[in-house]
Amino acid sequence: MNELATELAARYGARDWHDQRKDLASIWVDPIRIHDTLAWLKDQAGYVHLSFLTAIDNIERKAFTMAYTLRNHERGHSLIVHCDIDRDHPVVDSIHLLWGQAWTYQRELKEWFGIDCPGSPRKDEEFVLEGWDDLPMMRRDFDSLAYSQATYEDRPGRETADPAAHMKQKLYPEAPL
Amino acid sequence: MSDKKLKPAPLPNEGLLPEERGLFCDAAPREYEAAKGWVENFLNWARAESLWILGFGTGCGAVELRPLMTSRFDMYRFGIQARPTPRQSSVFVIGGYASVKTLKRIVRSYEQMMGPKFVVALGSCTINGGMYWDSYNTIKRIDQYIPVDVYITGCMPRPEALLAGFQELKKIIKSGNAEGQNLYARNFEWYKANQKKVIKDWNMPDYNW
Amino acid sequence: MKRGQHHIIPPAERATPDLNSGKYLVMWQGPQHPGITGNMSLRLVIEGDTVVDCETHVGYLHRGFEKLMERRLYMQNFPLVCRIAVPEPDFNEYCYAAALEELAGIDIPDKAVWLRTLSLEMIRLASFLMWIGGQAGAFGHGTIAQWSVTMRDYVLDLFEELTGGRIYHMYIIPGGVRGDVPKGFLQHVLETMDTIEKNLNDIELVMFHNAVYKMRAQGLGYIPPDWVDTYGITGPNARGAGVARDLRKDLGYLAYPRLDFQPLVGKVSDAYERSQLRLGEMFQAIDLIRQIVDKMPKDGPFREKLPNPLYWKIPAGETYVAAECTRGEYGFYVVSDGTDRPRRIAVRGPSYTHAVSVMERLVRGVNIADVAGLMVSLHTYPPEIER
Repeated sequence: MNELATELAARYGARDWHDQRKDLASIWVDPIRIHDTLAWLKDQAGYVHLSFLTAIDNIERKAFTMAYTLRNHERGHSLIVHCDIDRDHPVVDSIHLLWGQAWTYQRELKEWFGIDCPGSPRKDEEFVLEGWDDLPMMRRDFDSLAYSQATYEDRPGRETADPAAHMKQKLYPEAPL
Repeated sequence: MSDKKLKPAPLPNEGLLPEERGLFCDAAPREYEAAKGWVENFLNWARAESLWILGFGTGCGAVELRPLMTSRFDMYRFGIQARPTPRQSSVFVIGGYASVKTLKRIVRSYEQMMGPKFVVALGSCTINGGMYWDSYNTIKRIDQYIPVDVYITGCMPRPEALLAGFQELKKIIKSGNAEGQNLYARNFEWYKANQKKVIKDWNMPDYNW
Repeated sequence: MKRGQHHIIPPAERATPDLNSGKYLVMWQGPQHPGITGNMSLRLVIEGDTVVDCETHVGYLHRGFEKLMERRLYMQNFPLVCRIAVPEPDFNEYCYAAALEELAGIDIPDKAVWLRTLSLEMIRLASFLMWIGGQAGAFGHGTIAQWSVTMRDYVLDLFEELTGGRIYHMYIIPGGVRGDVPKGFLQHVLETMDTIEKNLNDIELVMFHNAVYKMRAQGLGYIPPDWVDTYGITGPNARGAGVARDLRKDLGYLAYPRLDFQPLVGKVSDAYERSQLRLGEMFQAIDLIRQIVDKMPKDGPFREKLPNPLYWKIPAGETYVAAECTRGEYGFYVVSDGTDRPRRIAVRGPSYTHAVSVMERLVRGVNIADVAGLMVSLHTYPPEIER
């Protein structure tokens, strides 16, 4: 696999090759190079199968980390290609012409994270939510519990018992917590 | 009783485009009185022994409807059949959680069903949200949006539990207490307000008849 | 699409007929419909009896799993995870448990490996049994569903004996499995397999030699082999087209390297061939279960001791664990950041491509009576599309 790492570093400035298992590795590129890297991996290096594509919200360093997972069936090896995009203006190149299922993933990213892939077909259509007017909901600053308590009414009579407090009450009511 | 006294005011139907409003119903649902004496008992017996359920697998619970319909647990011997359209069914089985998108279709299908109609809610998600209690997309109490007659607890309820639930529903119908449809008509504004609070893109008539 | 007339259309381009011309009707094969596999809908544009364009609408089952999983401790995610693909919950449990074990560096004992394999093969058989009832029912053949769902119920009885639950087992947990094999269980497994095999022979006779089924299913939903990599098609849909890929052989996870089987491959991927392939896989699953019962070690620990699950922190890292479920490649992508809750869990379901991209392409030119049969022959389950 190290030849692949050197080749990608030479062609597209890829870095931080990490072997997670003997059949899974990950690598980082710059977002401007992501389309060319994936196209080269698909056409020349035999990574023809796109397993999935998703994003991770790294809110602490104000970035979305994209993860494109490709698989080479001949060698039985999977490669996750990462790139960081800016969280305030999340735009990344679209790969809908490389794989036929990528447009659905990009449509999902637009709805769930707010990541825009210009040119991706039907990316502004609603995917799983209808009439959603709040933050893109997979972002870490969207509080799902607060939204649920505000919008949907609870059935009264629900009691929650914190196990530590309950046991303390039962066994050692006079002891400090 | 004259017809004028019972006829409610027409509904605004704001969700529809102005050119479509004439095509859809604009009357609110009305309550129905029971017949008197032995006629009602006979009708209740007939309703209870031929419960036709709507073929709409709304959630996880639909996976336990398959064993119920087939030869091992066989609901057909109780008179329960699955029908493909709301116009021919009388029981709506809400199979578990309801996301907001599904809730809109549940409301539409429920309102399109012909009376007398009953609702059976499966699983703990219909009671208090179940394990999706902190989800932004699932409702926590289905009886805020449509009236429910019987709750069957479990996650998933077994087919035997479903049969027991249907037996309970039959008891309720035969004793004349299955008033879900009349409850809906009586508190129509309250139900509609709850539904519209949650379903944001309301592009159907206010009462889908 | 009928066999023999595949034309290459760029991804996601729609036919966009002129809806005002009076020639076309927009029809929703909507969520309330007995002819769809679960709760999703197709917006069809039909001309006469033939479908011209299609849009798949999903999201009716969206519970926000990926968000909910970020809010819970690692151990609290177990009851949640099995509900992502409702008819086959064990694959979710396995992929999640394997991902956590990999990130935390836990090795599981040998008996647990075998028990996990047994659990996965049994749920594969149960899922296929329910599927075949749906496939025959979509063409009007209602008897098969009555037989096969009953057989599936016997498998669920086995699960109840082993794990305590019929549908959701929560049996595969990080460190191994939750409980050991009860007394007499393996004997029950072998007896049930004999019953199911007899019934499968009956099903083959009644369904695959039936003239109506052959007429309707042959040529329906033809997937050309070059679509397999373009659309990321996996599982029996791909193997039907002659592409011999099976993750059980390619990845060699759990006890599969020690079992003797070959991936089944078809020649032309149309609905009839795919259903024959899946029937073959059912027989293969029965054979694998018998091999597992035969080769499983009789004693040994079934679980590795875990740290206190309320305070279990997993070191930062990411991994992707894939398994071959009944429909194709099922995977969990888990990212941990050193705290006691996951940073991101993404679920890769095979129906994501099959039901949206591939279905929209395949259904053009098909008679509306065959749309349900086509959808079931792709074996899609909506919950894993929208999680």
